[in-house]
Amino acid sequence: MKAIYNTLFKRTSTYAVGIMASVFFFERAFEVGSTTLFESVNKGKLWKDIKGKYE
Amino acid sequence: MSIGQFRIFFHPTKSRVVPPIATMAANLGRICGSKLLGTSGVVGFQQAKQLSTARAWTNGQKKLIASVGAVAGGLGALLFALESSVEASGTEVHPPAMPWSHRGIISSLDHQSIRRGYEVYKQVCSACHSMRYIAYRNLVGVSHTEAEAKAEAEEIMVRDGPDDTGNYYTRPGKLSDYFPSPYPNEEAARAANNGAYPPDLSYIVSARKGGEDYVFSLLTGYYDAPAGVVLRDGQYFNPYFPGGAISMSQVLYNEVIEYSDGTPPTTSQLAKDVATFLKWTSEPEHDDRKQLTIKAFGILAFLGVIAYYIKRHKWSTLKSRKIVFTPKDK
Ligand code: HEC
Repeated sequence: MKAIYNTLFKRTSTYAVGIMASVFFFERAFEVGSTTLFESVNKGKLWKDIKGKYE
Repeated sequence: MSIGQFRIFFHPTKSRVVPPIATMAANLGRICGSKLLGTSGVVGFQQAKQLSTARAWTNGQKKLIASVGAVAGGLGALLFALESSVEASGTEVHPPAMPWSHRGIISSLDHQSIRRGYEVYKQVCSACHSMRYIAYRNLVGVSHTEAEAKAEAEEIMVRDGPDDTGNYYTRPGKLSDYFPSPYPNEEAARAANNGAYPPDLSYIVSARKGGEDYVFSLLTGYYDAPAGVVLRDGQYFNPYFPGGAISMSQVLYNEVIEYSDGTPPTTSQLAKDVATFLKWTSEPEHDDRKQLTIKAFGILAFLGVIAYYIKRHKWSTLKSRKIVFTPKDK
């Protein structure tokens, strides 16, 4: 906790950089996670699951 | 004249910001003396008692809250009952809710079914119904590959022009062309259908109460007219159609067409597939919406946890303090 505070949160410059970096990773993880959930719940019904038959 | 004394207590451990607030209160008391914390007759006795947080709810307050709750609940139940009883009026039969595979809150459409539904539309419904707002390019990546959609488009002839010499000409369809209409205008459509207009099917699922359930029930719901129902020439009895007399004959029968994927073309299969196809044309954003549901709930859960923590944090001083009013002994 203290290490995070001293390296990231203490200065506005590092704080801003920290926000941008964590937004990037959060967005990626969230996007990939929700897409994976959607595609596994609907497996077999989506176009990506059946298009192999027609290409 | 003083009528009593206020005191503020802070819980020593529960309050997370105790030290600064407690010192502030102490300082305030020191600076303003009895002017602020001890009252000087500005606050009446009843008011002072109301300000105290050290008392429990009185019986009257409990009863008031209970009756407000009961009245609100009763009103809600009444509104619900009124809303449902309206549904029972009218003569048409309400379509039952079918177990569509896209009905769950995060369930996508069945794209194999959309593809079969397109075959049904093309081979059956397109003889009478237009779909003016759907283009061949819309099929790409939904039910057909780009090459297949191009081949579908090339089957139709489209009037285009003018060319370099100012003349109009016909050419094979392109991906950007919209589905062809069976009749040049509404009058021609009516003239060919006993005066009834076969509506454009592009958005029909959104345009009818009951949506895809209605379309399915309508297509599979033809019966002999019961005694007392008078049908004019070219009308058929369908209890799901408002009024019961519809100018569209039954069009779906077992094996009326063949599916290219080999699915047995029973009446109900045909109706289910074409209804799924029409659901997609009415709501092309359906799958994106379902996927966004996952994201929206995910983000809301995340923000909800943060909001809950911040609320607890900010309220900790208020929740862990007591304001006690001690009346002055006479
Ligand atoms: C022979 C011509 C014909 C064919 C083929 C046909 N319809 Fe119709 N359809 C009509 C006519 C005419 C009406 C108008 C009926 C009326 O208003 O009484 C209609 C009305 C409808 C309606 C609207 C009902 C309402 O609530 O207003 C729907 C939905 C519909 N048709 C779906 C289909 C589907 C799906 C197919 C293909 C499986 C199809 N139709 C094939 C002639 C046809």
